[in-house]
Amino acid sequence: MTERVSDTAVAAAVDDSGTDYLQSIPRRVVTIYIPLAIFMFVLLAPFYFMGVVSFKSHDELYNYRGLQAFWIYEPTFEHIKHLLWETEYPRWLWNTMLVTVSSTFMSVFCSVCAAYSIERLRFRGSKYVGMSIFLAYLVPPSILFIPLAVMVFKLGVFDSNWALILTYPTFLIPFCTWLLMGYFRSIPYELEECALVDGANRFQILTKIVLPLAVPGLISAGIFAFTLSWNEFIYALTFISSAENKTVPVAMITELVTFDQYNWGGLMAGALIGSLPVAILYSFFVEHYVSSMTGAVKE
Amino acid sequence: MAAVIDSADRLPLLTRFMNNRNLMGLFFMLPAAAILLVFLTYPLGLGVWLGMTDVKVGRPGVFVGMENFTWLWEDSVFRLSIFNTFLYTVVASVIKFALGLWLAIILNNNIPIKAFIRAIVLLPFIVPTVLSALAFWWIYDSQDSVISWTLIELGFIDQTIDFLGEPNNARGAVIAANIWRGIPFVAITLLAGLQTIPQSLYEAAIIDGATEWQRFRRITLPLLTPIIAVVMTFSVLFTFTDFQLIWVMTRGGPINATHLMATLSYQRGIVGGALGEGAAIAVAMIPFLLAAILFSYFGLQNRKWQRGGRDD
Repeated sequence: MTERVSDTAVAAAVDDSGTDYLQSIPRRVVTIYIPLAIFMFVLLAPFYFMGVVSFKSHDELYNYRGLQAFWIYEPTFEHIKHLLWETEYPRWLWNTMLVTVSSTFMSVFCSVCAAYSIERLRFRGSKYVGMSIFLAYLVPPSILFIPLAVMVFKLGVFDSNWALILTYPTFLIPFCTWLLMGYFRSIPYELEECALVDGANRFQILTKIVLPLAVPGLISAGIFAFTLSWNEFIYALTFISSAENKTVPVAMITELVTFDQYNWGGLMAGALIGSLPVAILYSFFVEHYVSSMTGAVKE
Repeated sequence: MAAVIDSADRLPLLTRFMNNRNLMGLFFMLPAAAILLVFLTYPLGLGVWLGMTDVKVGRPGVFVGMENFTWLWEDSVFRLSIFNTFLYTVVASVIKFALGLWLAIILNNNIPIKAFIRAIVLLPFIVPTVLSALAFWWIYDSQDSVISWTLIELGFIDQTIDFLGEPNNARGAVIAANIWRGIPFVAITLLAGLQTIPQSLYEAAIIDGATEWQRFRRITLPLLTPIIAVVMTFSVLFTFTDFQLIWVMTRGGPINATHLMATLSYQRGIVGGALGEGAAIAVAMIPFLLAAILFSYFGLQNRKWQRGGRDD
């Protein structure tokens, strides 16, 4: 064993290939590539079927006993056309976009102020406030939706976009604040001290020094908040009752699902289009997603 | 002249305010604190209060003390939902952890197009749960299921499997969907943890003749424990309070076999209109959530020495 670790091998271990040189190629195929291929297949299969079903014609969908489930013979856009022109789907997309963008901006603004205050102003008791932000992050919507429904009704915003714009920050602000606290902590104190000596006030320090340095953190918080509110379901299901005010996930379940006959093509087309905005955003900011996900856990 | 004195008087006041940490801190905290106190802390208390009343939709209730809870405790559907919630959480979390850790270890190897693969792995986590649950609903359909179709074509079975219509099948089906949804989160966060473990430890172990299992057991696992504790706390928390997947695929059926506490709370509180009872079911989840949070707190305790730092 020790003999194999020659000088060249040690040199090889220093570069990024690590200790891989100790494994033979067939062994790597069995222990790494085959399991990885199975994982990828299982993780991607539902999306594949989502795509296949949304482009299949009605005939192919319902008489496929003798046909092929994994492939499309006559691709068609009829489901997507039907969805976009003959249902209220565009309206639901617009609602979701409006609610998501407003609550994201509101949450990021509040979180920047809160995180700066907790991390940098270090007011009396800021440690406990930081801790309670973390605890707030752990409160799940499933135990809040009934009291919130009562409140939303009393405030007179039931069945309007405001009901969602006001309640989504309850899970966005704790997450974004926690994430931004980590980013602000990594910015050196000396920069702020210099600015203070030069006569800058706290607002100038925040907007001219801290924020430009925390741009990656802001993007991470923003896109993650966007995804979380785009995915939100239970509040939107509880607080919205009329079809025209629904968000995409809720409308899919309550308006497009008719229990006497499943319109699979339409449903899958709706799911596909509803996933696109987050998927596109994700494809541009993969690294930010990963850092916000791991950042929120690591701190 | 008066104006000059006036402004000179006002300026120090503003400066004093700007230089006071506590006042400035409070000022910056204000927007976030206001929203969280009004829409998070207050409803949390209101929920506990509602749980002790018999409020119905459109009818103000009266205080009934613990009546809701004693009534629920004798309700067989509520007991079944507790059992389901535990089964769902334990089975899904254990499998998510095992498969997630396995995937993380695979991805920690030197493989081509690693960044691209990692991006694809995260997809189930990014796509709205309701929409991927719809895809699973189709996969599990009693007539058009692609799994049944494949098995029939391959000659293993002659009849379609009723995935969501039979209690135990339905339980397995929703747990499988939850695992699918949860693996990326566990895998990617654990991968981030794996990447912080220095390669030199493994090299030293190899020179000492440690086997692959020994390296995993004596290096990887101990150094990963703190992050595992946090990741699994989050995973357990979100699985325990899951609502979306169940509501889309089964709505708690067949014969309440997949009702979790969250879905039962919605069913009774919003669909059935018994807000007080629904709130009581939601409140009954809190002790379990507290236990999970405490677990996370003690899991975090020993992280410094495990990262090679000092306890301070």
